[in-house]
Amino acid sequence: MTQPLLFDRIDEPGLNTLPVYERRGGYGALRKALAMPPEAIIEEIKQSAIRGRGGAGFQMGMKASFLPKGEMAKYLVCNADESEPGTFKDRELMQKSPHTLIEGMIITTYATGIHHAFIYIRGEYQLQADILDAAVAEAEAAGYLGENILGSGHSLRLVVHRGAGAYICGEETGLLDSLEGKRGNPRLKPPFPAIEGLYHGPTLVNNVETLGTVPTIINMGGAEYAKIGAPGSTGTKLISVSGDVQRPGNYEIELGTSSREIIYGLCGGPKPGRTVKMWFPGGSSSPVLLEQDLDLAYDFDTLAKAGSMLGSGAIIVVDDSHSAFEVMQKVVKFYAHESCGKCVPCREGTNWTHKFLARIASGEATPMDLDILASVQTQIIGNCLCVLGDAMAMPVGSIVAKFRDELEAEIEAARERANAMPAVETEHLVAIGAH
Amino acid sequence: MSAIDRRPPVRRYEHGSRVPGWDDAVDLTKPPATVPDPATTPVPEELRRAIEAEMAKYPDARSASIPALHLAQRHHGWCSPEAIQQVACVMRLTPAYLTSVASFYDMFALQPKPRHDVYVCTNISCSLLGADEFYDAMCHAAEGHGDIGVRGFECLGACDIGPMASVNGEYVGPLDLDDARLIVEDIEAGRPVLEHKQLRRRAVADAHGRVEGFDGIAPVGQEDAVAGSPVSGPVNPEETP
Ligand SMILES: Cc1cc2nc3c(=O)[nH]c(=O)nc-3n(C[C@H](O)[C@H](O)[C@H](O)COP(=O)(O)O)c2cc1C
Ligand code: SF4
Ligand code: FES
Repeated sequence: MTQPLLFDRIDEPGLNTLPVYERRGGYGALRKALAMPPEAIIEEIKQSAIRGRGGAGFQMGMKASFLPKGEMAKYLVCNADESEPGTFKDRELMQKSPHTLIEGMIITTYATGIHHAFIYIRGEYQLQADILDAAVAEAEAAGYLGENILGSGHSLRLVVHRGAGAYICGEETGLLDSLEGKRGNPRLKPPFPAIEGLYHGPTLVNNVETLGTVPTIINMGGAEYAKIGAPGSTGTKLISVSGDVQRPGNYEIELGTSSREIIYGLCGGPKPGRTVKMWFPGGSSSPVLLEQDLDLAYDFDTLAKAGSMLGSGAIIVVDDSHSAFEVMQKVVKFYAHESCGKCVPCREGTNWTHKFLARIASGEATPMDLDILASVQTQIIGNCLCVLGDAMAMPVGSIVAKFRDELEAEIEAARERANAMPAVETEHLVAIGAH
Repeated sequence: MSAIDRRPPVRRYEHGSRVPGWDDAVDLTKPPATVPDPATTPVPEELRRAIEAEMAKYPDARSASIPALHLAQRHHGWCSPEAIQQVACVMRLTPAYLTSVASFYDMFALQPKPRHDVYVCTNISCSLLGADEFYDAMCHAAEGHGDIGVRGFECLGACDIGPMASVNGEYVGPLDLDDARLIVEDIEAGRPVLEHKQLRRRAVADAHGRVEGFDGIAPVGQEDAVAGSPVSGPVNPEETP
């Protein structure tokens, strides 16, 4: 990649404080933006064609333009829940350069006429929330937040809100309920948050990385930004790579980079002697891809065409020392634990699948049961209120389809093991979540 | 991950979702608790003020229920009926409402819990690297230490340091089995936990982000997070404009 945009020298000591951030030109984009008419900023963001970095990949400029114009109670909510397994990019940005996010949020609120903004950060990120709190206080003291920002007439109140541990609060409407002080159950859509969101007001919800890229777009100009990356997937992307690679961590790549270059070039691939068995290209919710898919370009459309998705940009690599069954068990347990319980296909489907895998493990299932397993997944997809149910069904369906032979062998082996063992007492269950 | 063992058959219709207690018996003859009366509900002054400060941050004060429960849990050690009662009193909500909220979120304890929280991530990326074995070692190391609560947790957002754990909020990793004992020792001695493995000290993986001399984010405590206070490591005053 030629030019890092968000991660450029991000380890610079003290970058999380205002003086260092300003010394590096920070809040320059805000000054530039405040001199532009708000519509022109939306236009720049539209031209940049930046797609949301939180999972769904919806164009930010388009979403922002759905918000009603004029003075009314509207809100901007930054989604910093970052709970998709495998994802940890927002953490690095917030921890090391919190002002990048704050600056992006101020520009976005100016462009959309919003005066109340929130950062909903997952409760487990205590260090990052403390850093954000301190950065917000610095920005307030310097006049970047509050009334009449830098004499522009724009005012903004920014609140850092800590969650308390629930994956579903990353789903935008679950997040809004949680931010209203309720259980984080997703809402029926439509109405979409842009029309009716927080406190029934129009609400723009965007991911940390999406909002954090706004200053760059203003500095470069939308058209210039759109030249980076691949068609339909402009810009750079922060990606989190984890699992069986030698150099796990966060990287900034140009969208369209080959996946092999990421997994082997940047991350060193699996340990010597091991090969890639499967990989999740976009968090544990994405259908798995195989070794033969490594030459796919890492961008939204290519991965979608290959039957998976870019999601949050979290690559999880599994090498050939692990069984497909173990992977499936871990994935399923997560979704069964995190299902909010509001709608039946997801609540029952995730829990049924979890228990079904325990049946396989205890040697009670037959290879034919894999068809039932696969068909349950297809009955979940598209039938839930939010996509958490699908987020389990898609990877599970893909593992059953791609590792059918191995799973059948696993089932047979488990049956043989069970037959070889004396009968045991059968009262307690496989508990989910709490261990 | 551990080898597949012979597990007992699984009871059907058991729920793992966020609907704990949905089929628990209720006493239908008992009148529901109402919003507590301030005259008969003493609330520690410090807690009251902190909750009220949270309420003032939001256009709708009810948004402060999660922050308020965090405060009450820190004050009381868990979301005890008394803690819930006090939050309900300050926020003018029913205890039932707050209990329903608290029961949804993993970080709130509706049962008494040990003082120190060790969350061991057992999700996919960490478990590929041995998190389940570490979890067992951690449970074993904490045996006999009643003030340390070890819990398996879903992805904590730090798979780059897997297998990892959050010890009273401090992220540490990559962990090997010996670290379980060291974590217990550090907690009991009141020291920072596994300092050399703390996430805050870790450089970014991307080579473009690296800077010579990075030694991590300095500790940022709650008390440090006040207006204008710099929270990070060395800033060269000469270079500051
Ligand atoms: C179950 C579930 C979990 C999600 N978790 C997150 C998350 O942790 N962070 C995030 O930014 N988006 C998450 N999303 C996506 C959000 O609903 C939403 O699309 C996103 O925040 C919009 O921001 P963007 O357009 O900038 O990507 C999640 C979606 C679902 C269905
Ligand atoms: S799909 Fe699952 S998580 Fe989403 S609303 Fe339905 S039950 Fe809740
Ligand atoms: S899987 Fe352990 S922190 Fe993400």
